[in-house]
Amino acid sequence: MNAGLTILMSLALIMALLVAAGVFTWVERRGLGFLQERLGPNRVGPFGFLQWIADTVKLLTKEDEVPPGGDAVTFRLAPALAAIPVLAGFAVVGFGPGLTLSALDMGVIFALAMLALTVYAMVLGAWASHNRYALLGGLRAAAQMLSYEAFFGLSLMGVVMISGSLNLGQIVEAQSGLWFIVTQPLGFALFMLAGIAAAHRLPFDLQESEQDLVAGFMTEYSGMSFALFFLGEYLAIILVSALAVTLFFGGWLGPILPGPVWFGLKVGALALAFIWIRAILPRPRYDQLVAFAWKWALPLALLNLLLTGAIVVLAGAGGGAA
Amino acid sequence: MTTEIMTKPAEGVDDPVADLRARFGDAIQAEQQTVDTFPVLWIDPAQWVAVHEHLRRAVPQPFTLMAELYGIDETTRRHRAGQPASGVTLVSHLISPERNADIRLKCACDAEAPRAPTLTEVYPGADWYEREAFDMFGVRFDGRASHRRILMPPDWKGHPLRKTHHARATEVAPYRMTPESFAATEVANAIDPAELGLPTERDGVELMVLNFGPHHPSTHGVFRIVLGLDGEEIVWAYPDIGYHHRGAEKMAERQTWHGFIPYTDRIDYLGGVISEMPYLLAVEKLCGIEVPARAQCIRVMLSEFFRITSHLLFYGTLAQDTGAMSPVFYMFVDREKAYKVIQTITGARMHPAFFRIGGVAMDLPTGWDDLVREFLDWMPARLDDYERQAMNSELFRIRTQGVAAYDVETCLKWSVTGPHIRAAGLPWDMRKLRPYSGYENYEFDVPTRTEGDCYARTWVRAQEMRESLKIIRQCLDWMPEGPVKADHPLAFPPPRAQTLHDIETLIHHFTGTAYGTRVPVGEATGQIESARGFTQYSIVSDGEGGSYRTRIRTPSFANLQAIPEVAPGMTVADFVIYLASIDHVMSDVDK
Repeated sequence: MNAGLTILMSLALIMALLVAAGVFTWVERRGLGFLQERLGPNRVGPFGFLQWIADTVKLLTKEDEVPPGGDAVTFRLAPALAAIPVLAGFAVVGFGPGLTLSALDMGVIFALAMLALTVYAMVLGAWASHNRYALLGGLRAAAQMLSYEAFFGLSLMGVVMISGSLNLGQIVEAQSGLWFIVTQPLGFALFMLAGIAAAHRLPFDLQESEQDLVAGFMTEYSGMSFALFFLGEYLAIILVSALAVTLFFGGWLGPILPGPVWFGLKVGALALAFIWIRAILPRPRYDQLVAFAWKWALPLALLNLLLTGAIVVLAGAGGGAA
Repeated sequence: MTTEIMTKPAEGVDDPVADLRARFGDAIQAEQQTVDTFPVLWIDPAQWVAVHEHLRRAVPQPFTLMAELYGIDETTRRHRAGQPASGVTLVSHLISPERNADIRLKCACDAEAPRAPTLTEVYPGADWYEREAFDMFGVRFDGRASHRRILMPPDWKGHPLRKTHHARATEVAPYRMTPESFAATEVANAIDPAELGLPTERDGVELMVLNFGPHHPSTHGVFRIVLGLDGEEIVWAYPDIGYHHRGAEKMAERQTWHGFIPYTDRIDYLGGVISEMPYLLAVEKLCGIEVPARAQCIRVMLSEFFRITSHLLFYGTLAQDTGAMSPVFYMFVDREKAYKVIQTITGARMHPAFFRIGGVAMDLPTGWDDLVREFLDWMPARLDDYERQAMNSELFRIRTQGVAAYDVETCLKWSVTGPHIRAAGLPWDMRKLRPYSGYENYEFDVPTRTEGDCYARTWVRAQEMRESLKIIRQCLDWMPEGPVKADHPLAFPPPRAQTLHDIETLIHHFTGTAYGTRVPVGEATGQIESARGFTQYSIVSDGEGGSYRTRIRTPSFANLQAIPEVAPGMTVADFVIYLASIDHVMSDVDK
């Protein structure tokens, strides 16, 4: 692809993702409403579908102030840091055969790295807010990131071993026989746990836990700055779902329908699971989460890695144990 | 202490009055006769602490709970026959759970500069009550380290419950907030840990002071707690209340007896008619009114409906505070079903003001029984659901089990009652121990646990809802026929139908509405078990159309007192669950 086409494609993808994130907020609110015996937003447009546009307009026009005593530059920078890396992470995602902005050989690593960068947004935003609740949220964000990142990457190394590639496109191709969810169920479970934490969703949204920390690192944010944090969270859900689909559910592979449609359907189904989990689970305390991450999830991820490695070596095949 | 409670005084237990007379002689200045069944003794101020000390520690089956301590301004009271001279009377109310008996002690203080010795050494739970007595009456307590206001703002002038203090805003110059007074208020409301003797550092590390509230999503009302934090661990907690104070006790002195009923609904605003009960029990006791069986049954049924709606709100918000967002919505659906019944019967939802002196406002509407039955059939399956969603959820358990656990001793020490003391193992429920309004006729259990943690408190309330359903079912099956208001001259308002036929009733209706009914001179007490704990209204009538003094003992006030002892060592995340498990209502705290 030449540079001009890449820029055009990137813009199109960003637009599509922004709309997808917006629509997803509506899906979540109606979905939660359905699960909680209430209606959810149903006034703007058919079934309240245009609610997310109304919300966007509201957020764009709201006053957006730096709190007294806050660090103005960092305060403005942090929300951008929350949304931009996640958008960049989509560059390596394959939406269909050959349909990817950048078929990086290090695709998996790149996407994870982009997700991990968002913790800077939280810590910097918390620090710049000059607010004690925000500070506590920022501390939690940092501690939590350290604990889940450790097994986040390890959980999908099994997939990488079997497929023998870090390129997301090649990983999908490697699943043409059998989806990796079948051979890597433990890896998938750990990946999703860490993914929920990476997207800062209940039950692992300790850094913004509104019950004790008001809104954690976001306490002082309003208007568009708040919206960018919010956007980052919803994009992260989609990115984690997209990664999970690519790594474990055969990406765009599927009968009859074209690849991108299959990919969209699978990502949508996984994203709904995020809503469902949010509706049913309480939140653990942060030291409980950290203890779980180090004492259970990390050893399990290592065990998964060890077993997969042993099987791959014994089978004597480097590319596709299935 | 044992967890057994006797429903009758045990054989051979000394009569506390005779015992006190033998031991303290002249220090017992008088025994006052009231319509209440417990003794009321006037104590020489010099022996005030010694008598309490004796009752707390020396007598068999001691009086371990200080239910409350409050003042009465006697300066304009006309009928005080048989009582020693007093300007401001300090009253303490002690309860022995083992005897299931009360004793009330009074101490005469000077009108101009009231002073009394402090009881905090004997009853730590007297702390907030003494602060309140200072705040409201200006009583100074010898031996107290400091006198801080508790309900009024720190820079308030005067002591509101003194008869000389104005009751209405129109009696004083208009209130103006200038930039100077605003700044002064800011300074006055600041809390300096060093000044309170609280540590500012631990192991050489400076503590972070966090103002938790008064505007915080998890304080369940305008409640401020200043926390000293080391990382996320709480080193000390200093509760600051009063943001919801509306002067209910002062208002009671301005309203007619009848006119105060709607205010009682709003003391514990989630309890609805429950808090009308103790007020009316006291008034009816003073008037000598026997409430008809049907009215009693209606009162019980509505009270239990409100107990369920209150506990449901607790259940949902506690789950919410653990991070589970859904249960509260399900429970609001259930509350809506309950409110449908309440609305049909009373015409209002949260604050029906439905009870009247001598009965209830009107008879049950046609078809009430079908509505109640519908609710009774709906609820049990829902409660089973919540058991699965919350109580049996592993994440819910690790968040609540072992969190903020305290035992019966701690409860008694800080005068904590209600589900707290039952979750710690003491089956203390006024409906069983001192049945009122016919509770003795119903079959129900008092659920208890022994852990005393947040999980146990949730469990106790969840079970209490099932017991309430049992009681409502019995009300439905046994609802007696007959009148819903006593046929008594002091029952108010008089029957509407009669007012249009005979002039006597019409005049009675008119004067009662305009000046209030003349409740006989005396003192009376109404005690009940509200959704939050032991609630007591103590009224003093001076023969006027309204009360001379109405004292409201609310459970939430005392239940918050244990926070500084329980909170240290917890994380902030656990602290919000502890707060939710207290299930306080701020208007019930601040009155």
